[in-house]
Amino acid sequence: MAALAPPLLEIRDLVTEFRTESGIVRAVKGVDLTVEAGQTVAVVGESGSGKSVTSLSVMRLIPPAIGGIASGQVLFRGRDRQVRDLALEPEHAMRKVRGNEIAMIFQEPMTSLNPTQKVGHQIAEVALLHQGLTRAQAWKRAVEMLALVEIPEPARRADIYPHQMSGGMRQRVMIAMALACNPALLIADEPTTALDVTVQLQILELMRRLQREIGMGILFITHNLGVVAEIADTVAVMYGGRIVERATVEDLFDRPSHPYTRGLLASMPTVDRAARAAGTVARLKAIPGSVVDPRNPPSGCDFNPRCAWAIDACRAAVPPMFDVGNGHGARCIRWSELDG
Amino acid sequence: MAETVIPLATIQPPQSYGRRVVKRFLKHRPAVAGLAFLLLLAIIIMVGPFLSPYTFDGQDFALIGSPGPMNAQHWLGTDELGRDVTTRLIYGGRVSLAVGLAGAIIATIAGTLVGALSGFYRGWIDALLMRFTDVMLSIPTLPLVLLLSGLFRPSPPLLVAIVGMLIWMGTARLVRSQFLVLREREFVEAARALGAGGARLMFRHILPNAIGPITVAATLAVGSAIMLESALSFLGFGIQPPVPTWGNLLNSASSWLSVAPWLAIPPGLLILCTVLAVNFLGDGLRDAMEPKE
Repeated sequence: MAALAPPLLEIRDLVTEFRTESGIVRAVKGVDLTVEAGQTVAVVGESGSGKSVTSLSVMRLIPPAIGGIASGQVLFRGRDRQVRDLALEPEHAMRKVRGNEIAMIFQEPMTSLNPTQKVGHQIAEVALLHQGLTRAQAWKRAVEMLALVEIPEPARRADIYPHQMSGGMRQRVMIAMALACNPALLIADEPTTALDVTVQLQILELMRRLQREIGMGILFITHNLGVVAEIADTVAVMYGGRIVERATVEDLFDRPSHPYTRGLLASMPTVDRAARAAGTVARLKAIPGSVVDPRNPPSGCDFNPRCAWAIDACRAAVPPMFDVGNGHGARCIRWSELDG
Repeated sequence: MAETVIPLATIQPPQSYGRRVVKRFLKHRPAVAGLAFLLLLAIIIMVGPFLSPYTFDGQDFALIGSPGPMNAQHWLGTDELGRDVTTRLIYGGRVSLAVGLAGAIIATIAGTLVGALSGFYRGWIDALLMRFTDVMLSIPTLPLVLLLSGLFRPSPPLLVAIVGMLIWMGTARLVRSQFLVLREREFVEAARALGAGGARLMFRHILPNAIGPITVAATLAVGSAIMLESALSFLGFGIQPPVPTWGNLLNSASSWLSVAPWLAIPPGLLILCTVLAVNFLGDGLRDAMEPKE
């Protein structure tokens, strides 16, 4: 299928490194990822898999003093339809991109809002910063945004401080801030992790609705496969700084083709009524071992020390991405044997 | 059956930060006493000179020669030049407090700026500014002041600048530490992710969150500034006579200490009480503004 326009975001072979006392640590080791407008791509992985570093790299939010993009491209199609490599943009140009064309929401709504400013001012600030509105117009925009994220009595709520709001409401405010300038791409770094399950669902539904209305692409970072099933179109599973499997969300759940993805799916709690009645509830399956130590990664496939399928060839070289059919890719030399 | 509406979110009873601070401050007895003393003092030094029948440099030629005792006309006596001590004390309070306040404001602005740049940018800017702060802290105050006074004729603006320049370092270190902590907070990262630049992050997002400690430091700086001004004026390098300040009143009283101790006690006591009141006030503000969640 020939694409008519270049994708909204195309990350090519991204490598991000940090300078530490024990030398250079490679947190992201060659990630390729594409987000189309109107599409949600979920990046799944454990802590330390490089998923958050990938999103911070796109936003260029890693302080240059501690690290940054070492190689690769972050091609972003802006509002002007021109494709730019964000990896090469200077900081002052990035400042015009952040919050304006690409916005980000964070995990902790309780601490991601400035406690000394009224929420209306915080939303208005984004509009003031990027859209050249007057203060009055920006305030009006803030109230509109609060209404858009379904906060009741938006005019009154704009006038209160974050500590007077619940977690769910604060996350709505964060979303309102992020969307104040109609960004083309929204990066959501675990936006629902800190919330109650019922509130999680409301926020996910809100994001889906807003995506339909605004048509933005979403890069959704999470470790929660339940959330992935809820919101994503396609999924990239990250492990040890690499994408180990990529597929549409249906394909991934139907036919996980990397042992790590299988482990993740098996570690999801389920309720089996028959097993409960019989008193034979299986224990939750955890993946043995622990995540890759980025300072001392294993040779070959990053997952081989924890993998039940590992053979000598797995330790010899990093496996390439195999096409397992239907655009579904898996970085495992034994993918075809997993079902056997 | 009545339908129960579950609100999406509940608003906590709006007890504003300001109101909580006032409530906690009022529980701090020494601070309230300090504030009351300072308010009373402010009223006296503002209104006093208008009510007094004497001017600060008006002389009663009949009383020249030696200090006059306390009596109904001159409540705290007269000095060796026949001037009313009460009036000079009140007028001197104006000068001392004005220099103290202005010096503290300069110190707070300078210290906040240096601390903010240091803590926010870190790296070589931090190293440079903090070494400069260390240098300023290592300069012995009195010899420097003696040198400066030798070079320039001390005028009130110069004195304010000197006082400010000598006491900003504590504020700078405090603000730096606040910025080092606050710059890592998520709301700063979130603001950066929405396109805020350095100045906006520093002054709109971080600074308002450090305003409590800065207020306390500024209050304590008023105390230091008053002390420093007194010391300088006492040594004769501050405000020049005939304009009185508490420091130079103490200076002129010192030569008559054995004959007329009543000249030295009031300015000394006023300096002591004022600085004590300011420090109590600072303590109270610190306790009141401490975020207790």
